[in-house]
Amino acid sequence: MNPTAVTIFVALFLLVTVLGFVAARWRRGDLNQLSEWGLGGRRFGTVVTWFLLGGDLYTAYTFIAVPAVLFGAGASGFFAVPYTILVYPIVYAIYPRLWSVARAKGYVTAADFVRGRFGNGTLALAVAVTGIVATMPYIALQLVGMEVAIAGLGIRMDVPVPGIGVVHDLPLLIAFVVLAVYTYNSGLRAPALIALVKDALLYIVVIAAVIIIPVELGGFGRIFAAADPKTVILAAPTAASLGPQAAYATLALGSTLALFLYPHAVTGLLSSASRHVVRRNAVILPAYSFALGLIALLGTMAVAAGVKSMPQFAEGFKAFGNQYAVPALFVHAFPSWFVGVAFAAIAIGALVPAAIMSIACANLFTRNIWKEYVNPAVSPSGEATVAKLASLVVKAGALFFIIDLPTKYAINLQLLGGVLIIQTLPSVIFGLYTNKLNPWALLMGWIAGIGSGVWMTYGAGFTITTVVPIKLFGYAVPCYAAVSSLILNIVVSAVFSWLFNAVLRTPPSDATMEADYA
Amino acid sequence: MDTPKRRIFRPIHLLLLIPYVAMLWVGSYNRLAPDLAGIPFFYWYQMLWIVLGVAVMLPVYFADERDEASRK
Repeated sequence: MNPTAVTIFVALFLLVTVLGFVAARWRRGDLNQLSEWGLGGRRFGTVVTWFLLGGDLYTAYTFIAVPAVLFGAGASGFFAVPYTILVYPIVYAIYPRLWSVARAKGYVTAADFVRGRFGNGTLALAVAVTGIVATMPYIALQLVGMEVAIAGLGIRMDVPVPGIGVVHDLPLLIAFVVLAVYTYNSGLRAPALIALVKDALLYIVVIAAVIIIPVELGGFGRIFAAADPKTVILAAPTAASLGPQAAYATLALGSTLALFLYPHAVTGLLSSASRHVVRRNAVILPAYSFALGLIALLGTMAVAAGVKSMPQFAEGFKAFGNQYAVPALFVHAFPSWFVGVAFAAIAIGALVPAAIMSIACANLFTRNIWKEYVNPAVSPSGEATVAKLASLVVKAGALFFIIDLPTKYAINLQLLGGVLIIQTLPSVIFGLYTNKLNPWALLMGWIAGIGSGVWMTYGAGFTITTVVPIKLFGYAVPCYAAVSSLILNIVVSAVFSWLFNAVLRTPPSDATMEADYA
Repeated sequence: MDTPKRRIFRPIHLLLLIPYVAMLWVGSYNRLAPDLAGIPFFYWYQMLWIVLGVAVMLPVYFADERDEASRK
């Protein structure tokens, strides 16, 4: 354990804790309203939204898991870069419509919109449950990020407590209780304010890392020369298979299509003050993608630095696998005070999205399960209370996830979440442009998509392999299961919509008008 | 009062498709040379597209904002 690094880490952690509580008073609103607690009053301007979404989408997963793949498997992990390039034209072109209709109708979640657009509570329930289930492993992923950072500092995770015995993951539990309390107290304002600190730290660490480490290692030429020549770029297609290039493209495309269907992304977008803010952010958010690309290269730098064979890191690699590559690289390359800063950036980088994700799940539970099925007469302040309590339950669920599940390749959990959440695309995205799809047909498509997606991922031997080859005329096309299952979903939704509309002729039950989308 | 209906689609929006062609066609950039300061082509080319992706959104953004302002 390094006292300097730990002191700086703890000090920064305390700073953001204070900010989390102070945030309740920032741009003060009535926190007993769901749109105030859960959407920050829809008042965030371009700059705050930029920090909020940046902190929300580029998470601890960015710091840990993406370089871990480059470290372990080479070029294929770099798909995160095209993924975060391709997401923004979609945000730009499509999401101002969602923002507008949500503002006009008071929608807080994507499922609220589906409920209004198609007049079908069952479909909205499916969208809401998908959102909650897909987000749980994503929150767990943030915890893994925090765990790796805490362990990298050399802090003991299993702490004996007098009267109770040894408590596993105690530092993590403490951090999470603190997070839960200020999220409960301040709502979306807390991660918005903390995101300012997180991103400032992130940029400092990234810039320092990509200047200092390549110099120490003798330049990028030497770094890439040390990498495995077979995986520096992707393997070429063969006569029997399109190979890793198809996997790469479909991983990028599937992740892109999934990202802004996630509840935390929708929450971040809907909290902005206008559709112009949404557009401007689509144009300026790629700055984070650049940081992401540089962070990804840390994985290759860790290979060149040879951290895996250094005895002082053996324990960390044993516990966390390749996810320990970046922490080990930081400890190896940085002076100890800066190790404290870097690890604080990772841990705080986990807090911001974890808070937003739990708020987004809480919004879904409150609006689309509690209000729809349990207590339709719930008052506005009752809604806020239910949401606050739900945010606590969601976090407890995520804790259970990481304590009980193997986390060596956390990125696979996130890719599985993508397979699930992408199945809401026809209802949400197509729904923004047409009400002619039949809600029961959309539900059938959703079932087909979820069923085939889960079957493909688990069919590959419960290893949570998410890239599954599709056989086309004897030619294998490796394809991210999210993409192939989405195609099936769309086909089923379209065919049965056509059939139901032709046979039943039920008029659409649409609570929105075209003017609401402008 | 009688504002013309806003068009959802305008031809300039086609610019937004360019990054998809460039990035999903993996074969076009899956190579080592030419490198940039030791970074293989595969990596720096995709990083470059972050900037180019913004570059194709900018004209669309200004056209849309001008269009909406003229309808107010």
